[in-house]
Amino acid sequence: MSIFEYNGSALVAMVGKNCFAIASDRRLGVQLQTIATDFQRISKIHDRLFLGLSGLATDAQTLYQRLVFRHKLYQLREERDMKPETFANLVSAILYEKRFGPYFCQPVIAGLGDEDKPFICTMDSIGAKELAKDFVVAGTASESLYGACESMFKEDMEPEELFETVSQALLSSVDRDCLSGWGGHVYVVTPTEVKERILKGRMD
Amino acid sequence: MECVFGLVGNDFAVVAADTSAVHSILVHKSNEDKIMVLDSHKLIAASGESGDRVQFTEYIQKNVALYQFRNGIPLTTAAAANFTRGELATALRKNPYSVNILLAGYDKETGPSLYYIDYIATLHKVDKGAFGYGSYFSLAMMDRHFHSGMTVKEAIDLVDKCIMEIRSRLVVAPPNFVIKIVDKDGAREYAWRESVKDAAVA
Repeated sequence: MSIFEYNGSALVAMVGKNCFAIASDRRLGVQLQTIATDFQRISKIHDRLFLGLSGLATDAQTLYQRLVFRHKLYQLREERDMKPETFANLVSAILYEKRFGPYFCQPVIAGLGDEDKPFICTMDSIGAKELAKDFVVAGTASESLYGACESMFKEDMEPEELFETVSQALLSSVDRDCLSGWGGHVYVVTPTEVKERILKGRMD
Repeated sequence: MECVFGLVGNDFAVVAADTSAVHSILVHKSNEDKIMVLDSHKLIAASGESGDRVQFTEYIQKNVALYQFRNGIPLTTAAAANFTRGELATALRKNPYSVNILLAGYDKETGPSLYYIDYIATLHKVDKGAFGYGSYFSLAMMDRHFHSGMTVKEAIDLVDKCIMEIRSRLVVAPPNFVIKIVDKDGAREYAWRESVKDAAVA
């Protein structure tokens, strides 16, 4: 079994009208065994920037700690939050540092940039960035997620419709993947508020 | 194969571990204590390679004590768990420890807690956790009978159910178990469950 599939994960980020949604599954497993059904894959870097880390959970935790450290230092020096584009470059650089002994993670970055323009991107485990205007996916359920998002996505969705779309795409994709699932965690971020919701899906 | 499991009750946490020290087909001893008392209100139940297990848990224990000496206050359970994970993570790509850990503790402010720490430094706070082949049986029993806020009696009943299940269904089941508990009065040994006693030294 691949090291990327050791813990199991599913992540998706989608762009709407002046907002974005980022969602993940909640399963933490060790190959075939489920350890926990409340694992947090998405973390807040600041009010307008969220990071999701799929792949090996230990590397996701280490990488998250390193990135929070770097962002806090940036905040102290620059006296402001990092822009999403800048943060994506930072993640990419940190991943490539370990080119010949990488972190086994695939990050998904979603944020609101200048003028509240939503920004999403993903990258592979050595930092190759993939910017997208509509949606990005990562994790063991990524192939199903590509299909589900491609068919359900529409341009310029309002936050409520975006939440429905992301939730349906996530739940239907993780249902076809035995290593991810056990519910969902969805963040819908607009310039004024962050709405966090927990989805109840098939608990298997 | 080594069996370690634990769960959180209403104001305590309990962990149980088998007590066989095995090398290949030989059982060296059946009263090896694998649950270390980390400090007054923390227990660390470890399974894995015996050398790594003893060395790593003693290293954590001494560092936790050092923190208390230097700072005058003990570490919280969460802090100790994160420190343990940090040590495992740093060593992971250099010379990894093959030790799986269940860290149980009681803090005055936050109550009892149990942390699952994998040998590759995956950390997660859980209500019930288990390692080893025994986990297939103990997790299933706990999934069925666990509810939050169990009393000591209920929790020990559940631990005993898990031990019965492991003994009857695991092919090379360890015969003896030790149960330790941590609550507001501290971390202490609760009981042994022995079905085979080591022969007394002549």
